[in-house]
Amino acid sequence: MTVARRIAVLAGGLSLEREVSLRSGRRVAEALTDRGHHVRRIDVDDRLVAALAEDDFDVAYLALHGKAGEDGTVQGLLELLDVAFTGPGSVASALAWDKAVMKGLWRRAGLSTPDWVALSSEAVREMGAARALHRVVDRLGLPLVVKPSQGGAAMGVRSVHAADELAAAIVASFSYHSVVLIEQFVHGQEVAVSVVDGSALPPVEVVPKEGSYDFAARYTHGATEFHVPARLDPERLERCRVDAVGAYELAGARHVTRADMIVDSDGVPWLLELDTCPGMTETSLLPMAAAAEGWDFAGLCERIVELAYAGDPPN
Amino acid sequence: MTNLFLRKPLGSPTRADDVQEGGLRSTDLDPDFHRYASRTRGLNASEIRALFAVASRPEVVSLAGGMPDTTALDIDAVAEVTAEVLRTSGAAALQYGGGQGMPELRDRLVEVMAAEHVAAHPDDLVVTVGGQQGLDLLAKLFCDPGDVVVAEGPSYVGALGAFAAYEASVVHVPMDADGLVPEALEERLGRLQAAGRRAKLLYTVPNHQNPAGVSLSVSRRALIVEIAARHDLLIVEDNPYGLLDFKGEVRPSLCSLAPDRVAYVGTLSKIFSPGIRCGWVAAPEAILDKLVLLKEAADLCQSNFTQAVAERWFSSQPWLDQVVAFRERYQERCEAMLAELEASFPDGCSWRAPTGGLFAWVRLPPGVNSGELLARAISARVAYVPGRAFYADGDGAEELRLNFSYATPARIREGVRRLGELLHDELELVRAVYGDDGPMGGLAGGDERPRRRDGGGTTS
Repeated sequence: MTVARRIAVLAGGLSLEREVSLRSGRRVAEALTDRGHHVRRIDVDDRLVAALAEDDFDVAYLALHGKAGEDGTVQGLLELLDVAFTGPGSVASALAWDKAVMKGLWRRAGLSTPDWVALSSEAVREMGAARALHRVVDRLGLPLVVKPSQGGAAMGVRSVHAADELAAAIVASFSYHSVVLIEQFVHGQEVAVSVVDGSALPPVEVVPKEGSYDFAARYTHGATEFHVPARLDPERLERCRVDAVGAYELAGARHVTRADMIVDSDGVPWLLELDTCPGMTETSLLPMAAAAEGWDFAGLCERIVELAYAGDPPN
Repeated sequence: MTNLFLRKPLGSPTRADDVQEGGLRSTDLDPDFHRYASRTRGLNASEIRALFAVASRPEVVSLAGGMPDTTALDIDAVAEVTAEVLRTSGAAALQYGGGQGMPELRDRLVEVMAAEHVAAHPDDLVVTVGGQQGLDLLAKLFCDPGDVVVAEGPSYVGALGAFAAYEASVVHVPMDADGLVPEALEERLGRLQAAGRRAKLLYTVPNHQNPAGVSLSVSRRALIVEIAARHDLLIVEDNPYGLLDFKGEVRPSLCSLAPDRVAYVGTLSKIFSPGIRCGWVAAPEAILDKLVLLKEAADLCQSNFTQAVAERWFSSQPWLDQVVAFRERYQERCEAMLAELEASFPDGCSWRAPTGGLFAWVRLPPGVNSGELLARAISARVAYVPGRAFYADGDGAEELRLNFSYATPARIREGVRRLGELLHDELELVRAVYGDDGPMGGLAGGDERPRRRDGGGTTS
């Protein structure tokens, strides 16, 4: 055990991913308590600032997922309050939270990411963008993946196999965020690479037993098979790790991130998103990668806490 | 420091690791996956369920649940009744009981049925954990995989779950303002017959149906019973809301029209307390004997303690006054909801004014999908149940259920207002995406749906 710390585990909140966040938070809090730390779980609501002031916390552990918890909002507030917290700072969080922004940065830096079109509901409502939808299919081809530009847990993600399915998928996706990302579908192996303190953990390959890696496949025990390391040759594995670290660095992240990618048959890892608050549930990928590295769950949590305690300033 | 409440050992989350040559570790997070019964395949994590986790926060106006307002109860009286049970018959109340349920309570339940003019004998009843266990036991008793159950469309989600658990398939029959449409029932049964299939059960909520909020008209009741007899259907009559008619009107039960053909499911959840978990099934003797055996296999017996509390409540308290207090409260809330629906919802939405019960059912304009819209609604701090939950066949995308029994009138108005704003916005988006022709060829006119509150026409 490291020195006992006073830790506030922030979980819940009002985002659409509240339930997943509560699960992550519960698990992290139990593990840290078990290791002898003084842990208090705090649900994020309008009493947050007061709750943080009640105790002299060494570190706030962010087990938040979704809007306000992952998009830089909480991070910015904690920076203002001068409370050390886990995970990337407000700027890196805000960058990574918006998939369209992040993908743009990756493309500029020469990292591979599937071609995409971002479409805002304003463009549809106020500029007649619906008339240009055929151009999306002309440019990107089929099949496509439509997803909210902001948001996680595969919520609001729809696949489009025929041009006439595109409109309904866009309407559905707008329910989650006012900008949707229409992305080329890449065939290949789904791989997640967690990065802790700038170093990549073994890539995890995700194989849903049926259908896609959707919400049910993510959070139902046994609905998905995982292979660690991903079943790729050493060279391709290394490329995944390099690109995951590249994504971490481009965002100006710290402590911990997880990059999701598809590795095509040529071994090219196509980056899909960078998660700055990776799930810590029993079915989550970061703990699995850490286990392959020989770290147990509590050890992983402590490592992240110590990084925050060491006071690496947010970028 | 040891945590006594760990659900399982922490450490490696990988439970069924298969470490192979070269260090490849293949992980299946559920080593029991291959052992589950095939009928449980649908029991997965769901996005909608996760969204409802947010709906339980106080910031969100939830019009989603089906909860009675237990603050309308005289809680002091309940405390007295409970204390009295413990004082006078504590040892017996804290003991096991018989599988059929406490005889004295069954006497009281017969009185509750009599308030709706249903004649029954205490020996005809088995006490169950809410009406829901009654449905589960009936499904277990009658449904083999592939059996057909005919039910209203939309239908109570808990009943659909019970039938699905025994792999029965539900065929829906449309309703109109007078409830289940006899001609449509006849037509569905004929179609099934032509396909070489035969329905075993007709499941129906004839009074203030959940979720559609309509009641089966008196004149149709005899017709439905007659059709059931002709097609040799056993009727499962689920009646949680019969006493919650705003005007106190009591409609004849199907059970009283054809006692030999009906398994009647009752509950104290809406007229006393859902926390007491007390329901019952009244059925012909042969069926009842088997239900008692199934009840014993499921849980040995109902809680004697809560049965004794319920018995004392219904024998010593003015319980009918309490029912009136519930329904007056719900009527006020229902009126608040209807007024706000009228004020806030866009043209193209339709609903009927409920005359009792807990729910209003709303149809949305074409292209507005209530399931897809839920995420936005939650973000706007209001929750409802998407229509698809109430159909076994994937129908109901453009419908939704609103509850008016739980939130205060002011909260209901606020929730409906938020939802109305959202619907206006969504409609604008749908028009912009699909153009004036609409997703199914007609948002801007040519639509046969009523624009506003609906006095007649079909619900589905």
